[in-house]
Amino acid sequence: MSHDHSIDPKNMPKDPSKATTEGKYKFMGLWIFLGGETVLFACLFGTYLALKDSAAGGPTTQELYGMGLVFLMTILLLTSSLTSVYAIYHMKNNDFKKMQLWMGITALLGIGFLACEIYEFAHYIHEFGFTFRSSAFGSAFYTLVGFHGGHVVFGLSWIIALMVRNSKRGLNLYNAPKYNTFALYWHFIDVVWVFIFTVVYLMGMVS
Amino acid sequence: MPDKMSTRKINSYQKQKNKQEMQKMVVSFALMIFFTIVAFALVILEVPSTYVIPLLLILAFVQVGFQFFYFMHLKDKGHEVPSQIIYGGVFVTFLVALTFTAITWW
Repeated sequence: MSHDHSIDPKNMPKDPSKATTEGKYKFMGLWIFLGGETVLFACLFGTYLALKDSAAGGPTTQELYGMGLVFLMTILLLTSSLTSVYAIYHMKNNDFKKMQLWMGITALLGIGFLACEIYEFAHYIHEFGFTFRSSAFGSAFYTLVGFHGGHVVFGLSWIIALMVRNSKRGLNLYNAPKYNTFALYWHFIDVVWVFIFTVVYLMGMVS
Repeated sequence: MPDKMSTRKINSYQKQKNKQEMQKMVVSFALMIFFTIVAFALVILEVPSTYVIPLLLILAFVQVGFQFFYFMHLKDKGHEVPSQIIYGGVFVTFLVALTFTAITWW
């Protein structure tokens, strides 16, 4: 940090996360990463669509999926997307404490989502004997949904590390891009989840 | 003194702008919750699968549109390159979904 990255509240930049060249690069870099992520998840969705009916005599999608838990998980993740928007809103108003608070709420909602997912997987394994090795459907299901869950775990570690590391620093032009890229990543996790609850769960319950 | 006044004015203008933006976000959130409830309701009400699957997909795309354009600001200025990247990604997604469903069709 050779430059002065402190924020002058009287001359607050419109978007502190893009006020420096480094911030602009981080923003663009994250979008390129998300483009790659889109292709990654496209392949996992394609594989799932191709293999979802190959249950090999094991439980099928209709027998397995439950509506209530998936709805709860959807609401948790969608709300956490909004709370991270609130955090960025407070960042733009140079209110570090409120930003940390809303990011903390985002993390708690994410942990709630993750707990539901772990419960769901444990339920499938113990009640139905449905594992990664049960069938082609099992492999495709756990790879797709588990990869999304893995992204949630990574996102949670990311935001917790950011919040702890910067707790005494306050907001500046050096760490603002870090929070902003996390928020973008977190929205993308919700984007993937929208397709998971639609293509995997809802479409699996009807057909 | 007049200089100080004018910067404070800009700040309050920016704050107002941020607030308006946030209100739009809350409205998009309400719409996304609404689309989610409609999607689950369609499945609970057992709408015939010929209609329900296209409807579910449309609802998902609309919801993802709100997520991308509002929550992730793709509608704003300076997001031309990110938009192109995501459109490219969506195009590949279509191709992959088409390919994988086609090869297992028969």
